Amino acid sequence: MASQDIAGSGRESPGVSFLYDPKIRGILYQAVAFIAIISLIYWIANNTVTNLQRANIASGFGFLKGRAGFDISQSLVQYTSDSTYGRALYVGFLNTLYVAAIGVVTASIVGFLVGIGRLSHNWLIRKICLVYVEIFRNIPPLLVIFFWYFGVLSVLPQARESLSLPFGSYLNNRGIFLPSIIWGDNAGLIGIGFVVGLVLSFFVARWARKRQMATGQIFPVYRTAAALILGLPLLAAILTGFPATLDYPKLGTFNLSGGMQVKPEFLALYLALSFYTAAFIAEIVRAGILGVSKGQTEASHALGLRPGPTMRLVVIPQALRIIIPPLTNQFLNLTKNSSLAIAIGYPDLVAVGGTILNQTGQSVEVVAIWMAIYLSLSLVTSGFMNWFNAKMALVER
Amino acid sequence: MKKTVLQGVLGAAALAYAATAASAGTLDDVKAKGFLQCGVNTSLAGFSAPNDKGEWSGFDVDYCRAVAAAIFGDATKVKFTPLNAKERFTALQSGEIDVLIRNTTWTISRDTSLGLDFTGVNYYDGQGFMINAKKLSGINSALQLSGASVCVQSGTTTELNLADYFRANKMEYNPVVFEKVEEVNAAYDAGRCDAYTTDQSGLYATRLTLSNPDDHVVLPEIISKEPLGPAVRQGDSQWADVVRWTHYALLNAEEFGITQANVDEMKNSDNPEIKRLLGTEADTKVGTDLGLTNDWVVNIVKGVGNYGELFERNIGSASPLKIARGLNAQWTKGGLQYGMPVR
Repeated sequence: MASQDIAGSGRESPGVSFLYDPKIRGILYQAVAFIAIISLIYWIANNTVTNLQRANIASGFGFLKGRAGFDISQSLVQYTSDSTYGRALYVGFLNTLYVAAIGVVTASIVGFLVGIGRLSHNWLIRKICLVYVEIFRNIPPLLVIFFWYFGVLSVLPQARESLSLPFGSYLNNRGIFLPSIIWGDNAGLIGIGFVVGLVLSFFVARWARKRQMATGQIFPVYRTAAALILGLPLLAAILTGFPATLDYPKLGTFNLSGGMQVKPEFLALYLALSFYTAAFIAEIVRAGILGVSKGQTEASHALGLRPGPTMRLVVIPQALRIIIPPLTNQFLNLTKNSSLAIAIGYPDLVAVGGTILNQTGQSVEVVAIWMAIYLSLSLVTSGFMNWFNAKMALVER
Repeated sequence: MKKTVLQGVLGAAALAYAATAASAGTLDDVKAKGFLQCGVNTSLAGFSAPNDKGEWSGFDVDYCRAVAAAIFGDATKVKFTPLNAKERFTALQSGEIDVLIRNTTWTISRDTSLGLDFTGVNYYDGQGFMINAKKLSGINSALQLSGASVCVQSGTTTELNLADYFRANKMEYNPVVFEKVEEVNAAYDAGRCDAYTTDQSGLYATRLTLSNPDDHVVLPEIISKEPLGPAVRQGDSQWADVVRWTHYALLNAEEFGITQANVDEMKNSDNPEIKRLLGTEADTKVGTDLGLTNDWVVNIVKGVGNYGELFERNIGSASPLKIARGLNAQWTKGGLQYGMPVR
């Protein structure tokens, strides 16, 4: 009824257009903006398609089914030059994911240690951590990658003069060579033992927590879990008679062959990204810990908790609430920075995509695939971190 | 307010249209802007590299100058865009450069699906391997390279031939792939790879830039055909003709013995073929039909010399590379270079 009244009054006073109704005007503006954006997008897309046709450049995603014809130095899945371009992109995507995933884990661990070290009562530790943070966070990541690749790994000895490391491992300018394990029959049992150990530990931890809540008695969870996770596979190994042999790297014509090789391109990228991002994470962790009021620590000390448990049970859980949201940003940055791999020849998504772009000339399509994949990676990461953040948030009891 | 927005949109639209319309008449566009924009290699000694005075020099670079001389009568009216393997085709497609003369292999897929046209072969090449003979003594054939790490530039035909060759010979290898030729050179020089593969001319050129050139040898096997030549955008035959006939003019000039030194003398020649080539025949229309002036060949030869002079100066016996003419000799001397008749 109210809106009818307004409309009625509008009609009674000529000269005042319905455009002056703030509600209608708001909708109108939004509609105009919406149409403008849609037409802009349509215009760009249409222009691209027309121009590609005019320049006689083939378009569409059909090229992904074509034979790639080039080799990739590092692949987590089966890949040969006979595989398709689509498969090659998948290999590149997995390589990106691989370096990002273990980079995130390492950066978090190093970052937490350095961040806590920055607040240490020990002068030397505090200053070392300060110097580390200031150096790494003030250098562009590309230079850090170059530092590791050209400054550290390239100057290692040649293959014939490899440095011997313990356990039959070698280090030279082609990377680190480790003995690889060749599993024999029934080796699956060891894996099963490991999984069973993990599952049992989880239930033990849950039961111990419940019991501590109810009775206050503490159960040695860590020791039990370690025994389960290591003991069960060991038991399986003994029962099956150690069905594993080690393949040691040996010097061949050109290089060490056999065993497992960690390539310098991967090492340089992984170390650079981890140490670069760790410097930022350290600062976030320090800020998070400082953000917990000093009264919390004092109260915890008053209850008789020693500094270790105080940190672990009182400060860190509260600090995490401050730490997690900016931490998400760092994880995203690390993932996106991994595209700098192209400078040192690590076959990540951008490097492999670039080769495909050049071999097929499908630049628009390849760039679209790049953007779509990085966008979804970032959205998935931030989605997970939001969930984790909600879980860690202050729960009113 | 409305007016400015409209103007902005129209301006952007006009800009986008102008960028796309550049392919309509490249010759007229080049004449209008007063210089030729030529895409060349970032660094390949003998073919395209800045010299000690900071000027671009080399075989491909002189081809750019030859095209500029044909159009403007002045070989200096050219600007160079250094491109790596990955950028080259996009730069040509987008109209950033007018012609791509960057030791680019002519293949069917590039010719048909990239919106390009190749206008000829200015250098017949083949892919080979280079190794450090001091470190790998006893290796004298590419067939002994099983298990080697091989340095290669990404996005090249070389990368594909490499994969095919090792696969066909049932050998293993480990590709070490970089985007920029400088990065490949640095990695090979540092011993990151056992072998370096690219076109043989490129291997000879690269060897000169290594820290100990004498330690390295080029293995005898040639594993592919690499006809290198200039490329232009597809669908502009007039422009393709200008680039194509510049190449043939260089070849014909060598065949008839017209050099940078004697070209003015040759204008008085009675030989009808030379007269036609140099545009001294009465009422000739050879040059004007091409959209150029009738003394276009005189300008080219005056500007850069003939094909043979270009070759010797940049990559042949008068250069540090000392590459033999081989397949690139004139057809009269058992080579493949054959200038189409100017008639």
